[in-house]
Amino acid sequence: MAKTVALTGNVACAQAMRQADPDVVAAYPITPQTTIVEEFSTYVANGLVNTEYVTVESEHSAMSASIGASAAGSRVMTATASQGLALMWEELYIASAYRLPIIMHNVNRTLSGPINIHCDHQDSMGARDSGWIQLFCENAQEAYDTTLQAVRIAEDHRVKLPVMVCLDGFIISHAIDRLDILDDDVAAKFVGEFDAPITMLDANNPITVGPFDGLHGSFFEFRRDQELATLGSVPVIEEVGKEYGQISGREYGLFEAYKLDDAEVAIVVLGSAAGTTRVVVDKLRESGIKAGLLKLRSFRPFPAEQIAEALAGVKAVAALDRSLSPGAIGAPLFQEIRSALYDQASRVPVINYIYGLGGRDVSMPNLEQVFNDLSQVAKSGQTGPVIRYLGLKE
Amino acid sequence: MTSLRELTHKEDYLTGGHRLCAGCGHSIATRQILMAADKPVVVGCATGCLEVSTTIYPYTAWKCSFIHNAFENAAATISGVEAAYNALRRRGKVDSEFRFVAFGGDGGTYDIGLQSLSGALERGHKMVYVCLDNGAYMNTGIQRSSATPKGAWTTTTPVGKVESGKPQKRKDLTAIVAAHGIPYVAQASISNWKDLQSKATKAFAADGPAFLNVLSPCPRGWRFSSDMTVKMAKAGVQTRFWPLFEVENGEWKLNVKVRDPKPIADWLKPQGRFKHLLAPGNEELLAEIQADVDANWDRLLRRCGVTE
Repeated sequence: MAKTVALTGNVACAQAMRQADPDVVAAYPITPQTTIVEEFSTYVANGLVNTEYVTVESEHSAMSASIGASAAGSRVMTATASQGLALMWEELYIASAYRLPIIMHNVNRTLSGPINIHCDHQDSMGARDSGWIQLFCENAQEAYDTTLQAVRIAEDHRVKLPVMVCLDGFIISHAIDRLDILDDDVAAKFVGEFDAPITMLDANNPITVGPFDGLHGSFFEFRRDQELATLGSVPVIEEVGKEYGQISGREYGLFEAYKLDDAEVAIVVLGSAAGTTRVVVDKLRESGIKAGLLKLRSFRPFPAEQIAEALAGVKAVAALDRSLSPGAIGAPLFQEIRSALYDQASRVPVINYIYGLGGRDVSMPNLEQVFNDLSQVAKSGQTGPVIRYLGLKE
Repeated sequence: MTSLRELTHKEDYLTGGHRLCAGCGHSIATRQILMAADKPVVVGCATGCLEVSTTIYPYTAWKCSFIHNAFENAAATISGVEAAYNALRRRGKVDSEFRFVAFGGDGGTYDIGLQSLSGALERGHKMVYVCLDNGAYMNTGIQRSSATPKGAWTTTTPVGKVESGKPQKRKDLTAIVAAHGIPYVAQASISNWKDLQSKATKAFAADGPAFLNVLSPCPRGWRFSSDMTVKMAKAGVQTRFWPLFEVENGEWKLNVKVRDPKPIADWLKPQGRFKHLLAPGNEELLAEIQADVDANWDRLLRRCGVTE
C-alpha cells in the first residue's frame, strides 16, 4: 500500500533514490541540494541501499565519476544545483554524448553573482543545449514521481540519455509537503534492474569509450544522432508516465493542460509557480474570465507541436520565465513557446514575463496582473511590450 | 621479479599502429607499466598525446577497456569506474577481477587535474595513477606546465631579450602525492626498466591508491633526435634531475644512488629547449639550476634517511 507522508522535496527525492537503489552515487553538497545527499548518506550508513557512495571533492568530479561509473555499466545517480551544475558544464555534454543514462536532480538555484542561494531556473537553462532530458517538477510529489520515472526514461534502450530532474530550490526542496510514496517493492519493480547494453567490465569484450574524432570527422553525425535520441524520448516519456499512472494513480505526460480547452488567455510556466497559477486560474474562472494554464514538464525534449495544438484556440499567451537572457529577445521558455506558435495559422500573440529571479516571490496578484494584461492583448489585438517583468522593483 | 625474457612474451594492451611520434616516451612507459598488471585492466586517460594518438575513431590501439572523459578528470573518472566495479561485484553482476589505471600527462596531472587526483587519492580507490611527465603541454604544442624545468624554452616561455625561458622551478608533485599518505608512491624512468617494472608491480598490488611519476622524454618538445629517448631519460637519472625513489606506506626509499652524478649541463646540452642556457652570459642561471638539483637531491636523501 502506498503511504501518505509529509516530507521536504529533497527528502522525497532521496526516498525515490533509495527505492531505485543505484549502484553508484557520486555527489558533492551545495545549497539547496545538500539535504538530498545528507539524507541519502543516512541510507548508506544504515545499509538501506547497495550503493557505492563516492564523496567527491567537487561537482566536476561528481559528473566525471558518474560518467566513469555509468560507462562501466552501473546505475548512477547524482544531484546538484546552481554553481555546481555550472562547474560540471563540460561534463554534461560528455555524459549525453556518450549516451549514459545518469539521473541527476538539479535543485534550481540562480547563478552568481552576486551570490544568491535562492530559486530561479538560470542554472537549468544554461544546460538546455547539453543533450540532457530536462523534466521540471511542481511539488514534492512530482519530484518523487519524476525521479522514479527518470530512471526508466534514461535507461530505456531507445533513449540512453541522461535525465535532469529539476525542482525549485527551497520552494520545493525545503518545504514540507504532503505526498504519497509507493511501497518499496512496487517502486523497485517499476524501475527494474539496469541492463547495460555494453560495459567496460567484460574482460572478453573490451571497449573504447570516448575516442578521438579528430581526423575522420563523424562528430556532426554523432550530434545529430543525439538529437534524434532526444526527440525519440518523447513517446518514452509518455509511455513511462502512463505506466506510472497505473501503479500510482498519478499519470504524467509532457505537460499538463489545465482548463485550456476553452481558455482565451493562458500562462505557460515551469516548476512550482504552476501551483500558484492554478489557484489564480480557478479564481478568475469564478468571475467568468476564461483563464488556463499550460504547465510544461518536459523542457527537453521540447514538445513544440503538442504545445501549439494545446494553445491553438487561445487568444493571448504569456510565457513566464524564471530566467533572463541578457541581450536576447526574451528568455528561453518564451523564445520556444513563441517559436512553437509561429507556424500556427492563428499566430497567437505571446508575451514574456521574467519573474522570480534570485528567489523573488511570485504572488497571486502578480499572476492576476498577467491574466489582466493578457485579456487586454486579446481584446485589443495589440501585443504591447513583448518582454515584461513581474515583481521587479523599478 | 619478471625477467626480460618473460616480459617479451606478455601480451601488450597497447598495440602497435598507434599514432604517437617516433621516439615518444609515452608508449614505452605505458607498455612497460601495463605488463605488470596481474589482472585485466581498465585504462582511463586524460586528454593529451596518449589519448589522441591511440583512439582515432573508428580505430583503437587498446586491447583492454579504455575510457577518455576530459582533460582534468582522469582520476575522478577511473574512480567512478572502480566504484561501479565494486558495486557490480557485490551484486554478482561482474565475475572477473580487474585492475584500474589512469594515465595523464604532466599538464593533466600537475596542473589542471591536480584537484581530481587529490580527491581520488584521499578517497582511497584501488587504482593506479600514472603521470607521464614530459615537462610541458606537448599535445597542444609545447606550452609550459608546472612540471617544466626552470630555464626551459617553451612556446609560452620563449627565450627573448629579457627572458631566458621558464623562470620558475618545477613543482614537486611526487612529494605532494606522497603527502596524501597513500600506500604506494614512486618516481620512475623508462631508462630503468627493471626499477619501473618492480614499481608498477607494487602499484598494482597496493591495497588502495598508487601513484607513479614517470619521466617520459619528448623528442618534439625537448628538441632532441628521436633515437635518443631512452638515453635522455637515463641522463635525467644520472644527473640527479630525476631521482628514482619510492614511498611505500610512508617509508621513503632511494632506489638508485647516483654516486658520481654528471653535471646537469650533460642533460641540458642535447636538448634544444635548453640551448640558450649554455650560451655565454647564462652561466649564473646554469649554476642556479645545478644548485636546485643539488638541493632537491639533499632533501630527498634526508627524507630517505640516507647519508652520503
